[in-house]
Amino acid sequence: MVSLWPSIEPLLDGVAKPARYIGGEQGATVPVHGGGQVAWLLIYPDTYEIGLPNQGLQILYELLNERPDALAERTYAPWIDMESAMRAAGVPLFSVENHLAAGDFDVMAFNLSAELVYTNVLNLIDLAGVPVRGAGRTSAHPVVLAGGHCTFNPEPLADFVDAFVLGDGEEVVGEINDVLAGWLATEPELRDRAALLEGLASVEGVYVPSLYRVDFEGQVLTGITPRTPAAPPQVVKRTISDLAEWPYPKNQLVPLTEVVHDRLNVEVFRGCTRGCRFCQAGMITRPVRERPAAQVRSMIRAGLERTGYDEVALTSLSTADFSSIEDTVRAVVGGECGDQQVSVSLPSLRVDAFTVATATQIAHARRTGLTFAPEGGTWRMRRVINKLITEEDLYSAVDAAFSNGWRRVKLYFLIGLPTERDEDVLGIAELARRCVEIGRRHHRGPTVVASVGGFVPKPHTPFQWFGQDTAAELRRKVNLLKDACRPVRGLSLRWHDPEATAVEGLASRGDRRMGAVIERVWRAGGTFQEWSECFDLSKWEAALEAEGLSLESVTYRDREPDEVLAWDHLSAGLHRDFLWSDWQDALAAVAVEDCRWTPCYDCGACTDAGIEHVVASNVPPAGGSQGTGQDLATGDRVPVRFVTAAGAR
Amino acid sequence: MADRLRVRFGKVGKIRFTSHRDVARMWERALRRSGLPVARSQGFNPRPLVAFGLALPTGCESLAEYLDVTLAAPVDGPSEVPPWGDSYPDLVTLGLALSEFLPEGIDVGALAMVPSDASSLQQEVTSCSWELEVLGVTAAELVRRVELLLDAPTVSVRRERKGRHFDDDLRPSVRSLALFEPPEGSTASGSPSGFLRAELATRPRGVRPRELVEVLGTDVVLARARRTQQWIECDGARFEPLSADDLGRAVGAPHAMGRAS
Ligand code: SF4
Repeated sequence: MVSLWPSIEPLLDGVAKPARYIGGEQGATVPVHGGGQVAWLLIYPDTYEIGLPNQGLQILYELLNERPDALAERTYAPWIDMESAMRAAGVPLFSVENHLAAGDFDVMAFNLSAELVYTNVLNLIDLAGVPVRGAGRTSAHPVVLAGGHCTFNPEPLADFVDAFVLGDGEEVVGEINDVLAGWLATEPELRDRAALLEGLASVEGVYVPSLYRVDFEGQVLTGITPRTPAAPPQVVKRTISDLAEWPYPKNQLVPLTEVVHDRLNVEVFRGCTRGCRFCQAGMITRPVRERPAAQVRSMIRAGLERTGYDEVALTSLSTADFSSIEDTVRAVVGGECGDQQVSVSLPSLRVDAFTVATATQIAHARRTGLTFAPEGGTWRMRRVINKLITEEDLYSAVDAAFSNGWRRVKLYFLIGLPTERDEDVLGIAELARRCVEIGRRHHRGPTVVASVGGFVPKPHTPFQWFGQDTAAELRRKVNLLKDACRPVRGLSLRWHDPEATAVEGLASRGDRRMGAVIERVWRAGGTFQEWSECFDLSKWEAALEAEGLSLESVTYRDREPDEVLAWDHLSAGLHRDFLWSDWQDALAAVAVEDCRWTPCYDCGACTDAGIEHVVASNVPPAGGSQGTGQDLATGDRVPVRFVTAAGAR
Repeated sequence: MADRLRVRFGKVGKIRFTSHRDVARMWERALRRSGLPVARSQGFNPRPLVAFGLALPTGCESLAEYLDVTLAAPVDGPSEVPPWGDSYPDLVTLGLALSEFLPEGIDVGALAMVPSDASSLQQEVTSCSWELEVLGVTAAELVRRVELLLDAPTVSVRRERKGRHFDDDLRPSVRSLALFEPPEGSTASGSPSGFLRAELATRPRGVRPRELVEVLGTDVVLARARRTQQWIECDGARFEPLSADDLGRAVGAPHAMGRAS
């Protein structure tokens, strides 16, 4: 294996942000090849700045490099300028550590965190000089694996990826390595790729799509069933039961150049049982597993000392729900985790005044903006989606934020939700308008940004049966909001491109026929589709038409109750019955409480897997209806004390 | 009055593809790891008081980058404790420690205390010396082009600023330009190439190595550029903000001292 650096270096003078391609991060391992280890190339199929901080990839990177029988390097999607320079110079996809050709590795393992990167996956396999379709590969080619949240409906990529991994990767990555090591131990001429794939399928949580038959009757999917006894009828996700056993990453990578989330990141818990029905992450990562507070503190202390960062983010799906949040924040701010001045960020704030009080304690420096996510514009809507934030919660949180010196509040909302009426959409503008009024009581020119995303129904959630709003309908709703927000000074509206939302829907719930569509879009040059400057709906429409498919058939229509879903043969631990009854509850605007502190609904995540929540406290956190109260009856009563004369009805 | 620490460092190898801002962030992290008592700015969002000299274009190497670090005066420490705390008994140890905290390719070459009222690096530096490796033409042709450039009374280049084009004379900023023989094995690429040594003034306006090579002809390609010195010119004398052999000289750069007095 030879380093490609001499051919890469001359290309770097002519491309933007060349530091993307040099590696050299503090904490990186530059492995020595040739000792018979299984060589993994871990790939994030988006730019270096987006991909480098990914914690899942970094955890696997460390775990593999700790093993004597494995080694791992990384790579990211080269930006368009670099890709064309590479193709012109005949330079294949390369790793950033040793600058080795991707094709020299035994495994190319992709992290799939977002659907719109799928065309990049094909492009990177191709740039590696590997046949894009699994069927075209031989024993001489790397095995192509993928993990991450998107693998819970892997069918759109089934033709291109040899095996998908469902759920937490910490344990399973070692088991996969064992299978690969065994296979690589045989003479190259005797290696049988089919045997390898069957070996991988025998690992719990690993789905090998080529071992399954996909049947259709006309346009209707009728079943996905194993072709061989080596493949289980249903693949169940992996779950680690105790986060305390996995204090990773121990050596978080510190990049040489600017990336997103450029700070120390410490995961405080995994899973979430708030039960927000639109949230796939919350559904597929159950149950809640907290990291012991003492371990969190020691990871922060060691991490800050090693990296020199002055900011730590406590990550999880809802960090204010961490049992020890107050103690942890106090410890960091109080200097118990190192003697330099450190700021803490909580990337996922809960919407209540209590949370703002915590945020106030920690943000000495940057009091520029706070973000809350009420998601729905009316209390009825929020009951449908089970995001149980009352108006009172929101207004008291916003009031607390403005009175504590913040000048800018950002609110996240979704449109295109099930049962949505125009009054729910306009409720967004109304909530935001009142937040501006609250701000005026504290500042001259407060800003409220209402950021509106189009809802994409996701597999393994109660909304998996719901027909997504068309791009035209989303656009109409955005226009309603534009008109309603325009007269309000200090309120600005941002929205996602409804067309990109439509395509995300294709990739989210598409079946195996979407593979051909993705391949056509890629062949037409459609990479980096999650970047607005590259996204091109017409490529997708043309590809759908050529394959006899449509947005209507894949994502705009409601699914039938007994319809086979493209991911029915995969399990995130959730019973289909549970999801269906939660869907019926949603349609009736019936909310459910967090099962951490109320009786179990038997969703399946704990009960079937023989694990349970790991939380340090059996009392729910204080403050707001998201805490103890969850007073579902009174949520739509508008609290009078927050409404000014001008805003009173 | 606060103490100021002046550091000379190099940037060589792959790390040359990082930007000036990237290097500033590397230093911020390294200084935090070192535990040096760096003074912070006043205000809502206090920043460490660290000042860098002339920006180095992304892709260029350097043996002579500088930064000035303002140290917070030690609070009621005994007077024999150096201003950077007692963890580093002398500047040599401090320099080695900082190199350790910095990424590969960034190393401290020299450091010294300078008076806190010394003028800023950015203002002082008047010219920079460069070593350039170029490809694309024969050595004889390169000699001819260099002579042409040096003989020309003016060298007009087209520049763009804020979307408007105008012509600029590059010639006054080219203080010297000549070919040289590099030491064995120091070339960036295997193919035949020429080596230039240039001194480029920073005012009236700076010239980047790439701009210089462009005026030598469209067929000349810059393969590698390395800044070797930054110069301060004052009353006919020329000296460096901190020379390469100043490592550990706690009294500081005599020239800087002299100028400040
Ligand atoms: S099994 Fe019960 S306790 Fe566990 S996540 Fe599901 S509903 Fe909650």
